[in-house]
Amino acid sequence: MTDQATGTPDGSGSTPRREDVPSLNGSPPLLTTTGLTRHFHIGGGLSRRTLHAVDDVSLAIGEREIVALAGESGSGKSTIARLLAKVYKPTSGEIYFQGTPLSSIRSRRETLRYTGLVPMVFQDPFSSINPVFRVSHGILRGLKLHRPELSKDQRLQEAARVFETVGLTPAAEVLKRFPHELSGGQRQRVGFAQALALRPKLILADEPVSMLDVSIRIGLLNLMAGLRDAEGVSILYITHDIASARYVADRLIVMYAGHIAESGPVEDVLASPKHPYTQLLLSAVPDPRAPLDVTAETDRGEPPRVVDPAPGCRFRWRCPLAIDTCHQVTPELRDLLPGHGVACHVAQAGADVRAFG
Amino acid sequence: MSSVRADADPRSPGAGVAAGPMLAVDDLSVAYAMDRGAVAAVDRVSFDLYPGEFLGIVGESGCGKSTLLFAIAQLLAPPAGITGGSVVFKGASMVGLTDKQLTAVRWRDLSVVMQSAMNALNPVKSIGAQFKDAMRAHGVKSADEIGERSAEVLRMVSIDPVHLKSYPHQLSGGMRQRSMIAMALLFTPDLVIMDEPTSALDVVAQRSLMVQIKELQQQLGFAIIFVTHDMSLVSHFSHRLMVMYAGQVAEWGATRQVFDTPRHPYSIGLMEAFPSIRGERVPLTGIPGRPPDLSGPQEGCWFAPRCPKVMAACTQTEPDLYQVDGVAVRCLLHADRSDHSD
Repeated sequence: MTDQATGTPDGSGSTPRREDVPSLNGSPPLLTTTGLTRHFHIGGGLSRRTLHAVDDVSLAIGEREIVALAGESGSGKSTIARLLAKVYKPTSGEIYFQGTPLSSIRSRRETLRYTGLVPMVFQDPFSSINPVFRVSHGILRGLKLHRPELSKDQRLQEAARVFETVGLTPAAEVLKRFPHELSGGQRQRVGFAQALALRPKLILADEPVSMLDVSIRIGLLNLMAGLRDAEGVSILYITHDIASARYVADRLIVMYAGHIAESGPVEDVLASPKHPYTQLLLSAVPDPRAPLDVTAETDRGEPPRVVDPAPGCRFRWRCPLAIDTCHQVTPELRDLLPGHGVACHVAQAGADVRAFG
Repeated sequence: MSSVRADADPRSPGAGVAAGPMLAVDDLSVAYAMDRGAVAAVDRVSFDLYPGEFLGIVGESGCGKSTLLFAIAQLLAPPAGITGGSVVFKGASMVGLTDKQLTAVRWRDLSVVMQSAMNALNPVKSIGAQFKDAMRAHGVKSADEIGERSAEVLRMVSIDPVHLKSYPHQLSGGMRQRSMIAMALLFTPDLVIMDEPTSALDVVAQRSLMVQIKELQQQLGFAIIFVTHDMSLVSHFSHRLMVMYAGQVAEWGATRQVFDTPRHPYSIGLMEAFPSIRGERVPLTGIPGRPPDLSGPQEGCWFAPRCPKVMAACTQTEPDLYQVDGVAVRCLLHADRSDHSD
């Protein structure tokens, strides 16, 4: 167990690897998905209606990398996090972690190992920590479950170490507190400490700062960058705040209605967004330093239809540039520039897309 | 306080400015009675609001911004209570009005849009039935008139009137917020108070709602008090901006001036807490520490423990609001440079 949990950086070479898995900067990615799809049946027992939460998503997360997954509510970004955390089973498609398909992980021991390597941090720091126990409870329990080789003293030492790492000092004292004695920012640090105690390779952070005050958010974002740089952890940062994605992430994946609309290095995507939805998202970000463009086109579109969707681009109802093809054929994500993929017929046809902003 | 009018702002408020303030809040204090003693959630806040004006109030959780709104709208419930000061709305004092008198003012002259539309709307009544309730309470009896006006206000916020028959759970988050705003406009009030109406929405919906609020304001001429924790959100929409910290006004002046040259270290910290979507990627620090415990006595400046520019005097002397170039700043750094202190 110890070897499996710790020998990950070089252990990846011996695992089977698929040929079609994309590689990032030459080094094999930590986690990839191919055609990941999750549908939900909705309505009553006899209903045949299906909600396409995530459709045909292929993405890769590299070592020591923060990948931001951005999109509006209902775009499927949290569903992806739950699929990667093995909370949901994919309807189709596969997830590979260090080359191993997740569907091959069956035993409790293997599952515990995986969930320790890929833990989650939740959005709401007020409901994700048990209020009747001291904050040490959750972290010690996680250690007992995932790292049974540690003695009681070692567990306490380890808890103190990760509390120090996430900036909860003095650790010995903070560990004894109850959640209500901590501020929102401190509680979210406890969330990261709990994840970090499991010696993770990839932290799935689902909107970790959106419930926090603006003045505290930056501290958490800096912590995430610090975990990547000092501890070598990769983070999937799920957010609807593009500005914070730019601040902390290496790559950006923009989702719309269950599909990836655009993905690439964060600066490339934001400097020249190719997908009309990315452009809309960017134009909506309030920027106090910029003068307001009062004439900027604003969008009043309806939310996308993801229940039994017909083929075609899911953004077409809101897109000012939609052509006939968009109503018939679902666009695939294709690289227009190295590493910068766009799922848009108009952009793929070579046009200079400028829909919003 | 009238010296801090937003004269420098190109988007000046409506034509009614000459008529004097519509709302005058003077030295308003609100305290919560707690076991450990009174907590001063709002501490001697003064401002005035002119017809057609858009006032933004920003600050972090617990700074007293929502309590201030509730005090203005007379919505406070024990253990909170007004401990001093006055609220004068259209020439009449709001403090001490009976429930019956308040009912006459609410919806008709002043309406409030709450943060969570899902909780503010009645889940077991259709949108139309809730509109009807509000109109009936103000003596509108004719079913035709109610139906017509309800459809009209929904169209104003770009919602198809068929949704009068819809229940809140059948609407998206953005539509719920819009229908709350539609309800607030049933009687075309003079003042609409908004408590973080966009915080549950994603950026695209948020932006479109803000633009719509601004358009409606230009069309109908009501004044807005808009409370948010997101300073950048109001940057393009409000005429004047109030930054609150620990129940007090930290900085208060024309929005553009506060944004372009923030003077209070807290305002500067808030501005620098936002990563930018354009320009250089620079490391930011945010504001370290946490808001103070307001149940204790104030010694010096509330912000001193978190302030990067703290001086020896800050821990002893309580700062006043000092006027600097038409902006009021509660910081000792500006004490000697002030035009006059008030």
